[in-house]
Amino acid sequence: MIEFIRQPWPWYFSGSMIVLIMLILLFFGKSFGFSSNLRTMCSIAGAGRKVKFFDFKWKDQIWNLMFLIGSVIGGFIATNYLSSPTPVKLSTSTIADLNQLGIKFDGGLNPTSLFSLQAMKDIKILALLLIGGLLVGFGSRYAGGCTSGHAISGLSNLQLPSLVAVIGFFIGGLIMTNLIMPHIF
Amino acid sequence: MKLIKYTLAGILFGIIMTKSEAVSWYRIQEMFRFQSFHMYGIIGTAVVLGVVAVFLIKKFKAKDITGSPITFHDKDKAYVKYILGGTIFGLGWALTGACPGPMFVNLGSGYAGMAVVILGALLGTFLYGMIKDKVPH
Repeated sequence: MIEFIRQPWPWYFSGSMIVLIMLILLFFGKSFGFSSNLRTMCSIAGAGRKVKFFDFKWKDQIWNLMFLIGSVIGGFIATNYLSSPTPVKLSTSTIADLNQLGIKFDGGLNPTSLFSLQAMKDIKILALLLIGGLLVGFGSRYAGGCTSGHAISGLSNLQLPSLVAVIGFFIGGLIMTNLIMPHIF
Repeated sequence: MKLIKYTLAGILFGIIMTKSEAVSWYRIQEMFRFQSFHMYGIIGTAVVLGVVAVFLIKKFKAKDITGSPITFHDKDKAYVKYILGGTIFGLGWALTGACPGPMFVNLGSGYAGMAVVILGALLGTFLYGMIKDKVPH
């Protein structure tokens, strides 16, 4: 069983397991949407006293924060106990493209040159990560959801607004990848 | 104690996201460069199975753990916010390789830089709350 989990997962198995998460949450009477947690965290930090948007019954969202805490633990478990020693099978053209940007493929899930503690000494990287995060946070609240709420939950329920949001995700992603990243890295 | 089941579901989510490599900055770059089927296969499988599952839940009026029927909420029909918000989200997704879930999963995996991304995401959420009434929806 552990051996089965440890090997790299094929895409169809991964996709099926993500649906399982959505179904588990539906069975618990909740809906799968991760970015709501960011709003909840702002409210807990006291943003509701200044901005009306954060003045809501965040206690109804505690279940989602519990889910968030679990996701951190899950990442820890998967990386430390369930990971496969073989490097990510990234396409050779992606490796070549990223090399041109000066980002080396190190075989892991994320480049240590961008996400390690060491990399945080570089003010440019720090700024890029902060701005990137800001765009994700702003955009997901503006669009009323992120990948889980729109691409998974919304599309599964055949919501046209979610399809529009997902098209937006790709417009933004393509602009960043092709037009902006060559100039900032 | 009633809340622990959500943490367990979250743990499963973290493991699935990591094992599927959907939390990988490299995989997101590969996806936006159309250089592999991997991410499209994952999202495609999830959506196709999700559509079937939601259809069956509605058809058989499936109930949740408390015995109440499982309900779905329609998203509001305003399109400007979805396309603009979605595009802004996409810019950040490609740059950081992380949407909100994976930020936290990757933090658990030990990528310290994700703490900075999370801080940014909280600031972005706060900023939206502040100027919400000034942007077109």
